[in-house]
Amino acid sequence: MLEVSVLKQLGEFRLDATFTAPTPGVIALFGRSGSGKSTLTNAIAGLVAPDSGAITLDGEPLTDVGRSLFVPADLRRIGYVFQDARLFPHLTVLGNVRYGERRRRNAPPLIGFDEVVALLGLAHLLPQRPWQLSGGERQRVSLARALLSRPRLLLLDEPLASLDVARREEVLPYLVALRDRLSVPMVYVSHQFDEVLRLATHLVLLEGGRVLAEGAVEEMSLYPELQSIIGPDLVGAVIEGVVTRVSPDTGSAELAVGTGTLHVSLHGAQPGARVRLQLLARDVILATQPVQGLSVRNALASTVIAISDDDYGAALVRVDVGGAIVLARITQDARRALKLRPGDAVWTLVKAVSTRGHTFTLAAGS
Amino acid sequence: MNGSPDSAELEALRLSLEVAVRSVGFSLPLAVLAAWVLTRARFPGRLLLDAFVHLPLVLPPVAVGYVLLLLFGARAPLGAWLRTQFGIQLAFTTAGAALATAVMTFPLMVRAIRLSLENVDRGLEDAARTLGAAPLDRFVSITLPLMLPGILAGAVTAFAAGLGEFGAVITFASNVPGVTRTLPLALYTAMQSPGGDALALRLAILSFALGLLGLLAAEFLVRRVRRYLGG
Repeated sequence: MLEVSVLKQLGEFRLDATFTAPTPGVIALFGRSGSGKSTLTNAIAGLVAPDSGAITLDGEPLTDVGRSLFVPADLRRIGYVFQDARLFPHLTVLGNVRYGERRRRNAPPLIGFDEVVALLGLAHLLPQRPWQLSGGERQRVSLARALLSRPRLLLLDEPLASLDVARREEVLPYLVALRDRLSVPMVYVSHQFDEVLRLATHLVLLEGGRVLAEGAVEEMSLYPELQSIIGPDLVGAVIEGVVTRVSPDTGSAELAVGTGTLHVSLHGAQPGARVRLQLLARDVILATQPVQGLSVRNALASTVIAISDDDYGAALVRVDVGGAIVLARITQDARRALKLRPGDAVWTLVKAVSTRGHTFTLAAGS
Repeated sequence: MNGSPDSAELEALRLSLEVAVRSVGFSLPLAVLAAWVLTRARFPGRLLLDAFVHLPLVLPPVAVGYVLLLLFGARAPLGAWLRTQFGIQLAFTTAGAALATAVMTFPLMVRAIRLSLENVDRGLEDAARTLGAAPLDRFVSITLPLMLPGILAGAVTAFAAGLGEFGAVITFASNVPGVTRTLPLALYTAMQSPGGDALALRLAILSFALGLLGLLAAEFLVRRVRRYLGG
């Protein structure tokens, strides 16, 4: 459990954030730039001393201003991957990677040197110097350096933000692999929702230095305020399911979601794999009658739970699909034409191809 | 005059080099400390210390030499203490010439080192902190290597300037042939002596060449180190 309650005044900016997140797991600190994510992360690392508050990791207090307790950063064993990598320019990649390992000989190792080098593909980079590396390589080295410092918590402060799309895609799989391989809890700072979707288990939503809401990612994907941060086009319910059947030749799979079955586009998954997908609200269609002769692969019997106006002149409909909650964005005209009301029975239509790129494996199957 | 003209030049050159090397060796650790304190530490009186460190830049060198004489002269309290406790005599010795040179070149050295310390990315020190490096460890393993260009530049510049220190040396250490008669002092002496024009010219050319070499070496070294650091 990571319990954080931090008050810090920085000029005009006031950080007043409190959250409690389960460990192990990946805790996403999500919010726009300037929302206080980095200050909060620095407070957890011990690089910033809060004006008041307390930080406790798995029952051990790290900061407690009331009791004048402040464990120095070098004694916290909290690994930190900075946005700008911060590799030491006077050391080789090997020297960088070994830096923390040498200083924490007495702590229990998280992962061995050889395994980190193999997992992050660093073998050919070891003799090089930081300025010879690409942005993506730098972040991988920084990650290895933090992991080998034997941390009990890993902070990742927008590790992909300074990379272009191709480099981001180069590093993300490594992060996913680490999450699945290691039991170390992580705090992942981001303002990219797709990174949260692929990595996080718990989401803390920050805005203007305050925690707007926090909870499991599925639950938070339904949170109305999220829309103002990620924009209307990225809003959509996050649901989890288990792969029941795969068709490798067509790249499609069937998922058990709630009590129903969902056809999705998914390559390389095995039956039994746990999968998370986001159904973008703008891609979900509602029908009041059964439909025929459509190419849509999913037509699911469901019930309208609630309808709200969104900030963009449309309506956001929350429907219950056999126990899973799905969001659909429809125009106000459609809402009037269908005379939708909470409690109505509707058919929820989802194109299987619309799930491509929004479906991620959480745990491999058999 | 003392010996043949050839040996006078060589002797002055050797003495100048010895004085400059000893002065740099003596003042370098202190200059690093002073640069660190002036850049990083926040305490009342920091401005005063800053001004004090830079004082030799604006004071007449003779005044600096005179103050040293008042402090470390044979009968001065510090000088007497050093002699009785450690058998060290500074006034009128090569060591004294080195001390006077060190004081005069100290601000140059501190300036160069300070500039490089200000350029050290504090973020790298933070990264070292999260990796388990305690303050002193951090300074030695991260800050100091990153300051290396400034330390080298400061040392070589102070060395080159130290070869030519005149006023403070002649006041504090006097003009003793073979002991404190460095290049500029030998040059001055030659100029004062009838028939010393040729020697004076040779010594002037030597000083000129040495200074130029020193500055070029400083620039070369700094570039090498910067490239090594990937700057």
